[in-house]
Amino acid sequence: MSATEDVPAFFKSMGSGSPKPRAKFCGMFCPVEGSTENKTLDFDSLPTGRSGRADSRVIDKQMDISTQSCRKKVEIRTSTGKEALQNLNDQSDRLLIKGGKIVNDDQSFYADIYMEDGLIKQIGENLIVPGGVKTIDAHGRMLIPGGIDVHTRFQMPDRGMTAADDFYQGTRAALAGGTTMIIDHVVPEPGASLLTAFDQWREWADSKSCCDYSLHVDITEWHKGVQEEMETLVKDHGVNSFLVYLAYKDVFQLTDSQIYEVFSVIRDLGAIAQVHAENGDIVAEEQHRVLERGITGPEGHVLSRPEEVEAEAVNRSITVANQTNCPLYITKVMSKSAADVIALARKKGSVVFGEPISASLGTDGSHYWSKNWAKAAAYITSPPLSPDPTTPDYLNSLLSCGDLQVTGSAHCTFNTAQRAVGKDDFTQIPEGTNGTEERLSLIWDKCVVTGKMDENQFVAVTSTNAAKIFNLYPRKGRIAVGSDADLVLWDPDVTKIISAKSHNSVVEYNIFEGIEVRGAPLVVISQGKIVLEDGNLHTTEGSGRYVPRKPFPDYVYKRIKARSRLAELRGVPRGLYDGPVCEVSVTPKTVTPATSAKTSPAKQPAQPVRNLHQSGFSLSGAQVDDNVPRRNTQRIVAPPGGRANITSLG
Amino acid sequence: MAERKRNWDKEDDLPVYLARPGTTDQVPRQKYGGMFCNVEGAFESKTIDFDALSVGQRSSRTAKTQNKREASQEVKSPDSEKTSPCTETLSGEPEPRDSGIEIKTTGGKEVLQNLDDLKSDRLLIKGGRIVNDDQSFYADIYMEDGLIKQIGDNLIVPGGVKIIEANGKMVIPGGIDIHTHFQMPYRGTTTVDDFAQGSKAALAGGTTMIVDHVIPDPGSSLIEAFDRWREWADEKACCDYSLHVDITHWNDSVKQEVETLIKEKGVNSFQVYMAYKDLYQMSNSELYEILTFLGELGGIVQVHAENGEIIAEEQARMLEMGITGPEGHVLSRPEELEAEAVFRAITIASQTNCPLYVTKVMSKSAGDIISQARKKGNVVFGEPITASLGTDGTHYWSKNWAKAASFVTSPPLSPDPTTPDYLNTLLASGDLSVTGSAHCTFSVAQKAIGKDDFTQIPEGVNGVEERMALIWDKAVVTGKMDENMFVAVTSTNAAKILNLYPRKGRIAVGSDSDLVIWDSDAVRTITAKTHNSAAEYNVFEGMELRGAPLVVICQGKIVLEDGNLHATSGTGRFIPCTPFPDFAYKRVKARKQLAVLRAVPRGMYDGPVSDFTPMSRGGTPSASTRTSPTKQTPPVRNLHHSGFSLAGNPAQRGAPTTEETPIRPAGRRIVVPPGGRSNITSLS
Repeated sequence: MSATEDVPAFFKSMGSGSPKPRAKFCGMFCPVEGSTENKTLDFDSLPTGRSGRADSRVIDKQMDISTQSCRKKVEIRTSTGKEALQNLNDQSDRLLIKGGKIVNDDQSFYADIYMEDGLIKQIGENLIVPGGVKTIDAHGRMLIPGGIDVHTRFQMPDRGMTAADDFYQGTRAALAGGTTMIIDHVVPEPGASLLTAFDQWREWADSKSCCDYSLHVDITEWHKGVQEEMETLVKDHGVNSFLVYLAYKDVFQLTDSQIYEVFSVIRDLGAIAQVHAENGDIVAEEQHRVLERGITGPEGHVLSRPEEVEAEAVNRSITVANQTNCPLYITKVMSKSAADVIALARKKGSVVFGEPISASLGTDGSHYWSKNWAKAAAYITSPPLSPDPTTPDYLNSLLSCGDLQVTGSAHCTFNTAQRAVGKDDFTQIPEGTNGTEERLSLIWDKCVVTGKMDENQFVAVTSTNAAKIFNLYPRKGRIAVGSDADLVLWDPDVTKIISAKSHNSVVEYNIFEGIEVRGAPLVVISQGKIVLEDGNLHTTEGSGRYVPRKPFPDYVYKRIKARSRLAELRGVPRGLYDGPVCEVSVTPKTVTPATSAKTSPAKQPAQPVRNLHQSGFSLSGAQVDDNVPRRNTQRIVAPPGGRANITSLG
Repeated sequence: MAERKRNWDKEDDLPVYLARPGTTDQVPRQKYGGMFCNVEGAFESKTIDFDALSVGQRSSRTAKTQNKREASQEVKSPDSEKTSPCTETLSGEPEPRDSGIEIKTTGGKEVLQNLDDLKSDRLLIKGGRIVNDDQSFYADIYMEDGLIKQIGDNLIVPGGVKIIEANGKMVIPGGIDIHTHFQMPYRGTTTVDDFAQGSKAALAGGTTMIVDHVIPDPGSSLIEAFDRWREWADEKACCDYSLHVDITHWNDSVKQEVETLIKEKGVNSFQVYMAYKDLYQMSNSELYEILTFLGELGGIVQVHAENGEIIAEEQARMLEMGITGPEGHVLSRPEELEAEAVFRAITIASQTNCPLYVTKVMSKSAGDIISQARKKGNVVFGEPITASLGTDGTHYWSKNWAKAASFVTSPPLSPDPTTPDYLNTLLASGDLSVTGSAHCTFSVAQKAIGKDDFTQIPEGVNGVEERMALIWDKAVVTGKMDENMFVAVTSTNAAKILNLYPRKGRIAVGSDSDLVIWDSDAVRTITAKTHNSAAEYNVFEGMELRGAPLVVICQGKIVLEDGNLHATSGTGRFIPCTPFPDFAYKRVKARKQLAVLRAVPRGMYDGPVSDFTPMSRGGTPSASTRTSPTKQTPPVRNLHHSGFSLAGNPAQRGAPTTEETPIRPAGRRIVVPPGGRSNITSLS
């Protein structure tokens, strides 16, 4: 098992992993020397990275890489001999992965990886590493960047209850599934301060989280104070994404005007606008109707939230985002029609991203009709799972072709006793499904195994795109020198059956119960430490760090910036209208342009009466100073060819 | 030749249809009683049974006699048929060219027999090609008392009849303009075209019925407003009219008024606004309730589809940027906002299973969304208006303020110049169903209210007069649609939606005698100098259109001939519309039967239940109290409701009454499922 081999690792692996490697670093089809180096991102800010490239082509030296014959096991060993003596104190911090196929979102290649202090220090072959290094032999298996779960709700308070999985349980489950970073949602009570809520979540997560995390903040109400807090969050606390709700009427829901203003603020701050897209007004009415019919079980949940209502809200939020030139991110894409709306909008050029979740990719809403109340209730989430059983397949296809970009889990679990709060009224059932642990395996099984996507696209949708959108790239979401040492050694051949009996969440039901998935993490490395090997989790409560995110992610804002430069509106220069004017009795229509005072922190109440001398607008000056009132001299611009008689037929 | 012509003028010797072949450009689809004669009686079934009207019985009788006559005709004619047609057509042709049609009164002894009859009440149109939405055929039409009494060849008519010689020209049902705003009050002023002026313009353009919008001030009574509009229109309208009522606010009393309007006042269509924030705009919940309510009463819901909230924001932004001219109007109302609102309205309508009618389809994207929804099976109708079919929004940038302002309407005309063509295509393909004009004209002085702030410019464009000719020119002349489709989109579909069919929108025995003899070759240039509206600007200024009405007959009277209008103010009648039009509701009814929701029968959940503080989320299901006249259920649910049994009688489930949600008797509650009680809390 251990040492003696005469064949290089990459020869062994050829043909064993089903997807063919695209580009192989230093093999039979060797790339031009140094080509990989360019692809490895330049990471100036970090001190390390340039060693170990000198002799990257010596093949025969690799002969001594230990390769197992056929057992699907990796081995992890510590180098012995004198090196060990030199490095007695810090073994666990140094890690070498040998013979792995590194899979990024753009290419795959074979190389060794050396990690230290939680960062990737070297990538290449025959690296010169200090002694006392723990070595993992990958045997040509895939090494992918650790998954980023962009949507979790661990430890979420709901009416005095708390979601069953707290940050400890939740991140443990995440790590078990190959996810090394989560982004949780801060849900401030309406009326409470965003900052207080944010600090509260930080506190919870810092004390319990086992993997790196970051936080989205949900905007549950809208007024001037919220705007200031958002600014503080972006500038001082590393938050660059805010979620608004189009649903949950009378609780979280914002009106279209408020959303317009929130989006405008978000755009100015350089953040990402996320929406929970469902038409809350209609949902409220439908819930009422369904309850009136005497339908009180979980099936009422999906009956009262038809997918059209989701698609409508997606369409509306895209419209508002286009108007405000704000990047948009749709959380929880659960239905075909919502996904179609997103795909269509992207074709038209909108900057919009769609996030299907594990549940929508892996199962469907037919379970709401289960005779087992507790099981049916376990599927409750909003927007609901679509009763159309072809939905998961469809969403996986859109994910593969790039119309949907990122995947989350929306992991928000409640145990049966908590769900039973709504045993006589489905509207009271706390919402949320599990999925953080199953996410990677599910997508591998549904997309890569079926041939919808390749391993690189898999990496893109499970981590890279998320890192790009939320400005974590290339620290997260890529295997490159200088990136965080969050890696997963992926085994594409393992099959396992998902079951509540074996999962790491504390809830009694798993919505993927009984699904057999191919593909699982073999080793998970988080912050440079091995947290999963041989199916054993070695997590440390509280080791997770908060990862701050900067505003204006390039991936999103490059286009936005270009558009805001182009989208200058210009008035038409005209002479003053000098004909007769009708008398008007002052009635309400004046109110129309001004937003209702209650909801407009974004703008100083625009005086409804306009300056009468502002009409003649000049083409020549429509630049930066557009909103500066014209100077007097510019006002009376005579159009070329003399003053037009305004009242003549033209 | 001359001899024959004279004979023909005397109109007796030769059957009319023999003169026809080859004289008109289009081949008749189906010819009544000719070489390819229908099976006897086939035509009768096509003529709609008109029991409700007293004339119905008589019509079938006359049809039969007419058939008999025709059969004899058939026997007689073969030899003349063989000889005459070619020469006949050749000779017949030059004549109609110059005169077009002629109107005369029969002479001779018949006049003596019918001395006291008013001549104008009886009218015979000879030799016209009748164009309905399903077929075209040649036949004569005899009208009396404002109704069509007979259709056929060689009709037996009383004497003293005014005869119009159509010479093969098309006779189409008079247009129905389904969307006008005549005499609309606006902040103390009134639109320049009142019901007299407006309906005159309508008649001049070949439209014989208009449907106007009643706009009650928010907070005031719908019925009062309706009565006021009735008063204005009864006094002035020159053609038949009907009324839509706009719902500008929503509460219990409005609900009752709507019911009264439907049941007693003959209104079956109501418009709601998604725009005009803080004025007319309805929230989504209100829309849901209105649609639910009208869906039950059999009304048609019309929406003005634009996202008012975003418009308000955009308007404020424009003004802040210093854009105050009419271009600000279109800049603050991008077509996406229209499309968004259309999408939302369709979603709500499909949730509530209520037929939807989108007024003023102005942009490609809105049109697309309607056609997509129709493909998915939604019951939705789209109404492009004359302006959106005929012109575009580039004029908003005109340097002439007054001209630019005259184009201001909401949703605005799209600045994309290919829009009219696109909408005409959708209209021709049936994705858009009806056309209106949204005629709502203001003088320049009135528009100038907003000379320094585009949000203050009163909105509305002309179009009632130009509508028919414009569609003919843009859609029929270009080959997008045929004459039958033209009739469908200009009148028949509107009549069907309003439940006025076949009284209006069809040429059939028993229908109102609202007819237009259409000249497909006339060419006219539209200009404000000659139009019948009182406005100084015409948004179609300078357009040359082919096709125009030659004769317009309204209520059996000739109101337009030789370019002269003989309209009489106050002759227009109010036409009541009845609810549940088949055209919209047949499908809706069928779906209602299918869309019964069923609960899953389960045992009672008997596991542990968490403690929770009932707050916030508990509020979700109940609609905000302010906006919910429709329901009064308490938000707290009866905890014993859960076990729902399949065995319960379906009738009870099918008719959910608000106050009596079925609380099952104690005995039935603990239903033991077949196979024994399942343990609910176990993993399955």
